[in-house]
Amino acid sequence: MNLGWIKKITITASLIAASGLPGTIAEAAGTATLLNVSYDPTRELYQSENAAFIQHWQKQTGQTLRIDQSHGGSGKQARAIIDGLEADVVTLALAYDIDAISDSKLLPANWQTRLPNNSTPYTSTIVFVVRKGNPKHITTWDDIVKPGVSVITPNPKTSGGARWNYLAAWGYKQKQSGSAVQAKNFVKALYKNVPVLDTGARGSTMTFAQRGLGDVLLAWENEAHLILKEFGKDKFEIVSPAISILAEPPVAIVDKNVTKHGTRKLAEAYLNFLYTPQAQDIIARNSYRPRNAASLKKYAANFPKIKLFTLNEVFGNWRTAQKTHFNDGGVFDQIYLP
Amino acid sequence: MEFFQRKRRNILPGFGLSMGYTVFYLSAIVIVPLSMIFFNTIPMGWEPFIHAVTAPRVLASYRLSFSTALFAALFDGGVGLLTAWVLVRYQFPGKQFLDALVDLPFALPTAVAGICFATLYSPVGWLGETLTKWNIEIINTPTGIVVALIFIGFPFVVRTIQPVLEEVEQEIEEAAQCLGATRWQTFRKILLPHLFPALLTGSTLAFARGIGEYGSVIFIAGNLPMKTEIAPLMIMAKLDQFDYAGASAVALVLLLISFSMLLLLNAVQEWQQKEYR
Repeated sequence: MNLGWIKKITITASLIAASGLPGTIAEAAGTATLLNVSYDPTRELYQSENAAFIQHWQKQTGQTLRIDQSHGGSGKQARAIIDGLEADVVTLALAYDIDAISDSKLLPANWQTRLPNNSTPYTSTIVFVVRKGNPKHITTWDDIVKPGVSVITPNPKTSGGARWNYLAAWGYKQKQSGSAVQAKNFVKALYKNVPVLDTGARGSTMTFAQRGLGDVLLAWENEAHLILKEFGKDKFEIVSPAISILAEPPVAIVDKNVTKHGTRKLAEAYLNFLYTPQAQDIIARNSYRPRNAASLKKYAANFPKIKLFTLNEVFGNWRTAQKTHFNDGGVFDQIYLP
Repeated sequence: MEFFQRKRRNILPGFGLSMGYTVFYLSAIVIVPLSMIFFNTIPMGWEPFIHAVTAPRVLASYRLSFSTALFAALFDGGVGLLTAWVLVRYQFPGKQFLDALVDLPFALPTAVAGICFATLYSPVGWLGETLTKWNIEIINTPTGIVVALIFIGFPFVVRTIQPVLEEVEQEIEEAAQCLGATRWQTFRKILLPHLFPALLTGSTLAFARGIGEYGSVIFIAGNLPMKTEIAPLMIMAKLDQFDYAGASAVALVLLLISFSMLLLLNAVQEWQQKEYR
């Protein structure tokens, strides 16, 4: 798919160039490229968004546009940018990864205040995927820590999605019991039930769906819908817990790179476009929760009502959450020590 | 002084030039990139360095990486010797095909191998289903890691033994037999001394490769802290925390242990060659 439209565009472009006459036209209108560096599960979302934005931009400015996508683990993508990958925009799984990019002065520290809704045009949450018929009767967070239930979730050390899973579980217990100690014990019991920690969210999906390990998979809501689509509704079902975390995957312009490429206006327009009703509908169709109320209502059937708490409510902010829970010596390390 | 004498005795000229190139290339290809690991750890200071490399999880990962690589290398040594023997000493239809198969682990992206193993040994997989019935667990255990490393290291052993074995003339074996040696004696006293250096080199290569292997292992290991986390994964995990210095520290220790082991094995090899010649 991805290659498909890139090819189409390059073929059209080369046809135009080959026909000889429109060299001048192309120059007048100009062509521009934009590099969007994103995390793994957004591949399909941005394929649709990019196609829509290219049309929108062409209509508005007459400029032909090429948008390159790069996908990978969120942390690895952030590191690639820090190490010199010249992304114009970043759209990652969690704010901490973009914080890390801002630490190397590629964008200002207050980046998250520059766009509406904490710079997250779409959100998601963490749900359960179980085998058809829900043989272990899993409906709540408390069900997945019961002995004998095998839980699949990736390693929070290497996966952004896994960190959301962990924080969702912790947040649930802390809100329910009001005690951080209980939350810690809850998470400890949860990881006792985890037989394998894959390095990324897609890896866990494969472990659960293809290799048949585990009774329940903790997954992004959008990834859960993808599993049903890919592997069949006759094999798996989604169980939405009553309470979960509001996962906010943020977007930002990489200031240093857009200045260098002269693409600031374009990059800003691209990110703002994600907030338009048209883009929000695409977001909803890709099983991400749109911010726009009208779009959310339109696709309400896909998004069961879940009581969502934000990360800031429970953990303060991403930097604190990262430091307390996931850095070396943090809580995640402690729960594995004998 | 000896340095120069040697140079004079050599028939082909150009020691200075070729030595210069050797040093230059070794520096450019090996020493300079690896020295970056060293320089990355310097700003850390001594105490954080010790703290990073002696954390329980890191120590457990070192133990796991070295022990699984050692087991895999030993196994490869035995099976690799046998395979090389069959490929050199016998003629049979399909030999070319078998010979080409040996190289496949070299050519394949290791991640592909990892996925194959994980699928094969999973509880619903082809082999895993039967094994589960017998209560044998391969996937997500250290055994699974050894299985992956055996696959990765296999060609190293076969390919180092093959040419040496080709040079050992069959007449020597026949002569031994005529002089009344038993089969075991022929193997033990005649063949093995010839093959031992190659066997050692091959197994060492397999061992070294196994210590650093990431792609194939990660899919089958399970990656549970303290149990099935390999050392390269610890490095990746530290990088994902943007802890470049910590990652380099773990890598540096891995590098030092590997290097001293390789030196030691080289010394053993040299000693062994002296013994038999």
